[in-house]
Amino acid sequence: MRIAIQGGLLVDPKTGTEKKQNVYINKGIIEAIGKEPAWTNKKVTNIDATDLIVSPGFVDLRARMREPGHEHKATLATETRAAVLAGITSLCMPPDCIPAIDTPAIAQMIRQRANELGGAKVYPIAALTHGLQGSVLTDMKALVDAGCVGVSNALAPLDNTLVMRRALQYATTFDVLALIYPQNASLRGNGVAHEGRVSTRLGLPASPVAAEIVGLARDLALVETTGARAHFCGISSARAVEMIQEARVRGLSVTADVTIAHLHLTEDSLLSFDTNCHVEPPFRSEQDRQALVAAVVDGTITAICTDHQPHEPEAKLTPFSESEPGTSSLEVLLPLALATGKQTQMSLATTISMLTYGPARVLNIEAGEISVGQRADVCIFDRDEQWVLDENSINSAGKNSPFLGDTLTGKIKQVICEGKLITI
Amino acid sequence: MSSSGLRDSHIQLNEDGSLRHFLTIDGLSQSLLTEIMETAERFIDFGQRKIKKAPLLRGYTIVNLFFEPSTRTRTTFEIAAKRLSADVINLSAQRSSTSKGETLLDTARNLQAMHADMLIVRDSHAGAAHLIATHLNNQLQVVNAGDGRHAHPTQAMLDMFTIRQHKPDFSKLAVAIVGDVLHSRVARSQIQALVILGVPDIRVIGPNTLIPTDVESLGVTAHTSMDTGLDNVDVVIMLRLQRERMTGQLIASEQEYFKTWGLTEERMAAANKDAIVMHPGPINRGLEISSSMADSSKSLILPQVTNGIAIRMSVLSMVMSGAEGAGE
Repeated sequence: MRIAIQGGLLVDPKTGTEKKQNVYINKGIIEAIGKEPAWTNKKVTNIDATDLIVSPGFVDLRARMREPGHEHKATLATETRAAVLAGITSLCMPPDCIPAIDTPAIAQMIRQRANELGGAKVYPIAALTHGLQGSVLTDMKALVDAGCVGVSNALAPLDNTLVMRRALQYATTFDVLALIYPQNASLRGNGVAHEGRVSTRLGLPASPVAAEIVGLARDLALVETTGARAHFCGISSARAVEMIQEARVRGLSVTADVTIAHLHLTEDSLLSFDTNCHVEPPFRSEQDRQALVAAVVDGTITAICTDHQPHEPEAKLTPFSESEPGTSSLEVLLPLALATGKQTQMSLATTISMLTYGPARVLNIEAGEISVGQRADVCIFDRDEQWVLDENSINSAGKNSPFLGDTLTGKIKQVICEGKLITI
Repeated sequence: MSSSGLRDSHIQLNEDGSLRHFLTIDGLSQSLLTEIMETAERFIDFGQRKIKKAPLLRGYTIVNLFFEPSTRTRTTFEIAAKRLSADVINLSAQRSSTSKGETLLDTARNLQAMHADMLIVRDSHAGAAHLIATHLNNQLQVVNAGDGRHAHPTQAMLDMFTIRQHKPDFSKLAVAIVGDVLHSRVARSQIQALVILGVPDIRVIGPNTLIPTDVESLGVTAHTSMDTGLDNVDVVIMLRLQRERMTGQLIASEQEYFKTWGLTEERMAAANKDAIVMHPGPINRGLEISSSMADSSKSLILPQVTNGIAIRMSVLSMVMSGAEGAGE
């Protein structure tokens, strides 16, 4: 299939350029940019991208598909389709499905099933330990050979520091990326809200900033002493941002991401006991939120992810602390990232880089850029179109968004995934 | 973005500002709190009457839905409802998030299907009453009898009522709340009520492990010493120390706790001469308060219980009339 995308503003996050250029796709590959290739007598699908933005397809570092194990919440079929409709052509699936991604067979099964579905490309992340139980290391080499792009503790911090150290050491053996959720489990306890003004007012069990930074301090020390390649997931506090910066100054090549919701919401969102605002780690103070935004602007954080966690309605129809954490966030990724870009006067290319080139570099996968010879994952969107987020406009099976009812700016118009034009 | 967290904090009010549910003190007006107390005045001598009944809630069915054990609160709600001629059903239930039992909302919907008019709910999770009111709004009135550490609004109102009987001018008071503020829904609701009623000097006293983070944001000052904390106060409110919650190293020992924060007659000397002592009960004699202090003439612990009935009659009648008003 040949596709010609004409008249759009091409954003290349790799070089930071924005330029009106046509893009030509042939057999799943970007064949030419700007200059029309010598295509003769063959059928070409023309896409008119006038007044639209042409960007690489988005790369999401963390999106739960809920399959296997939680098919009552969502499935690979519903979520890979919803992702691609949201412009996300590549996504990483954390290992906390049931069973956990701790054997090559599970990883292969997920990849094969996603492949057949033809939606977003799914990159499984392997569990650091068997069943995410924190005691027995997984066969990391075999898991990487089966297509896993990293190893992770998901949302289950390792209590045992010795096991964590050995897991990181073992990962370095094969140069496997460790995606670490930094958290001290005993300090977090049963906390569901940021420890501060709002948890005090509502009497909700609190998770202090200390839970994050104590966990992060330990894991940074272990990364430094083992030489592991590490990425920190879902940083939520101002102090954690500083610690990542300090580690970089010390010469550690660590990266970090933030979830799109944490760039926009604070502890105040809990004041009406909206269980859709129950997330892990919790939304923190306005000062923390501003530090996260600043970290995106200054490059401390190089990726914004959805941390998509679709739920069935019942999971959220409970008192706040009994509800299951997580938001359904595929659809809000682009509009809310554009909003952050606008508020901070970041260039469009820098903003888009957080959704594309930035996360692709964390994983070291061939995605997140538009260059000749690359796999053709392309997203075409209208940066000004407004729309309302409601249960119908959420394509995910999970409707648990804290942004329901909000008017968002920025809408996906066309998506090309591995050279295939997706029907929207 | 949509950080307008307070978007439905007024779920407990009708458009005209009258009560449709009673979930929290947070966000209510001074005039409404005053109205609750003034309505309670009308019921205060009810207990001494030969026929202790008013027909205000005749024909209404009220369910006491308690997922946590309670004696005093449940009983006084029951007496209050019966004195208003309502039919009262008591349901004490166990609920666990891990067992696949009936959800809180399903239980509430079942009671609604039985045409209950009002639920009085106690649950160990913050926001439980709020959840029922949100999802069964317009069909059933909800009164919060305690939700997790969040709120216990009728307890706070009976405490305000008790204070007012002895110290009618809230704008001149200094009030100290002593003990486990961290776990106390009573303290949260009391602080909010005291702030709304215009008390200029509200203090919390306790070890730093039992004082919640950013407690000053509630409008109080925090003290660790009883001597400075009680200095010239008019009202001392002691909180119950829940022994079963103290396992996580929140206090070192009961001996040190009583020595440092227990209320004794000697300690009370720091307060104003005519200061009063209150406690929501049940009291731990010799842990948070000495026996002689609890039984002294300054102690209003038993009048608080009596006042609890009048306040609950007031709240039940106001909520039911708010519901009728909204339905017309």
